[in-house]
Amino acid sequence: MSDVVVEVTGLKKSFGPLEVLKGIDLSVNRGDVVCIIGPSGSGKSTLLRCVNLLEEPTGGKIVVHGTELTDPDVDIDAARTKIGMVFQSFNLFSHLSVLNNLTVAQRKVLKRDAKQAQEVALRNLERVGLSDKVNAMPNQLSGGQQQRVAIARALSMDPDVMLFDEPTSALDPELVGDVLGVMRQLADEGMTMLVVTHEMQFAREVADRVLFMDGGYVVEEGPAEQVIGAPQHERTQSFLARVLDPTHQGPSGS
Amino acid sequence: MAMSKRRRATLSRRVQYALFIVIALVLAFAADWTELRRSFFDVETAREMFPNVLTVAFKNTLFYTAFGFAIAFGLGLVLALMKLSSVGPYRWLATIYIEFFRGVPALLVFIAIDTAVPLAFGIAFDTASKAGVALGMAGGAYIAETIRAGIQAVPKGQIEAARSLGMTPLRTMLTVVIPQAFRIVLPPLTNELILLTKDSSLISVVGLTTAQYELTKFGRETLSQNPTMTPILIAGLCYLIITLPLGHLSRYLERRTGGKKISTPESTGLGVSA
Ligand SMILES: Nc1ncnc2c1ncn2[C@@H]1O[C@H](COP(=O)(O)OP(=O)(O)OP(=O)(O)O)[C@@H](O)[C@H]1O
Ligand SMILES: [Mg+2]
Repeated sequence: MSDVVVEVTGLKKSFGPLEVLKGIDLSVNRGDVVCIIGPSGSGKSTLLRCVNLLEEPTGGKIVVHGTELTDPDVDIDAARTKIGMVFQSFNLFSHLSVLNNLTVAQRKVLKRDAKQAQEVALRNLERVGLSDKVNAMPNQLSGGQQQRVAIARALSMDPDVMLFDEPTSALDPELVGDVLGVMRQLADEGMTMLVVTHEMQFAREVADRVLFMDGGYVVEEGPAEQVIGAPQHERTQSFLARVLDPTHQGPSGS
Repeated sequence: MAMSKRRRATLSRRVQYALFIVIALVLAFAADWTELRRSFFDVETAREMFPNVLTVAFKNTLFYTAFGFAIAFGLGLVLALMKLSSVGPYRWLATIYIEFFRGVPALLVFIAIDTAVPLAFGIAFDTASKAGVALGMAGGAYIAETIRAGIQAVPKGQIEAARSLGMTPLRTMLTVVIPQAFRIVLPPLTNELILLTKDSSLISVVGLTTAQYELTKFGRETLSQNPTMTPILIAGLCYLIITLPLGHLSRYLERRTGGKKISTPESTGLGVSA
């Protein structure tokens, strides 16, 4: 069963005069893990944010699970419940406990009753290994724990696809592993994932496909082994050289 | 021989202490204590003021302030939401209102509500309503700006997280933005309450019956019978009973919320990207 979950065609996005995405095509099949890599400012976050319409595309078409999000009449709020998003800065609701972070949208949006919402929340907290933090407040958690709670919060909506925007970039190095571990486990369980990341090792081991973006285009795309292991395009090669071996570079030319 | 910095500082401090003691002694001997006591704390006058200063004046000050604050808060919340609206005319109306009422003396508003409005529109207020409406209209302008700044101080990421979970803009406002803004806004709001408490004295320009006296009017009326400082001093102390604890509360709340200061945040346009 390889039905398409995310289908992006000819996506364009400008901020004023600045054209950030210049025509992106992308499709993600059910159960696929697609990693997006590329230099800073190449539009990775913008692409991801377009997929749940946090940014309004200037052109092109986005279809998620059969719903065309770029249709002006779409019920975007309903569509978003099926698209989980994990942010670089966690964005846990700071006034709510961990449990309420996980139940609030289930109850207010999906209209689940309190008991059911709590069951779902506890199950997902267990998945990310934080059952003992149910009653903690976000500011009592480490960055890694906050990010895992954020993942559990998104999972509690039973999404069809999960979007991750550099989920480990704001973390201390020793906390990165916990979050990547949870993501790897999700991938193993068959979750459809679109991941913007600088963690090449993770991309290599977990991704079914890797996209290299630069200057608003997808420059190179293919299996992880190929794009990261044996990049064809010169820009991909120089980017990977900078990322994989940053200390052996001259002063950055970009 | 030059003195070390530290010794010079010690010496300077001693000189200041000595000067203070000398001045205090001179005042103590020169002052006419019985006269002072008569004018600042005349026991007869003080006794005469009780219990009415508490049962009438203090109570009325509290009542006018509470009434005014309720109106100011409701109005302020509506104006703040109007000011953040994406519909131009709402924003303009709110801006005009806020700029106007922040720019004119509150006293003028009291006079308008007392005489001008009844003349112009044929609406007559009773005294409590005059105090509540005038305080509310004037205070609402300030509270609107406080609430607006509080709402804008809620991090953009919180809103994006809520929207990405499928919450509508209204749901996001109610479940995420307002509860968080409320915490941010509590300390400055407490300060507004202190200002309103003091401004409730402006109702004394309006004709009041003795049962409607608040602290300032009560103090002034007592003063006209007993020409000493005592009535004013006692009225002042009564204000402090309200304002000092509120001031402490405000500083406590500010510390508890991490002392996050809200200013007028620049409008950030669209989403802040990572
Ligand atoms: N809301 C916005 N308004 C104006 N310009 C924006 C906005 N968001 C992003 N940009 C611009 O779009 C370009 C792409 O930004 P984007 O965040 O998508 O890059 P990125 O690939 O995610 O980079 P990074 O690796 O640093 O996160 C940048 O030049 C950025 O300045
Ligand atoms: Mg980014």
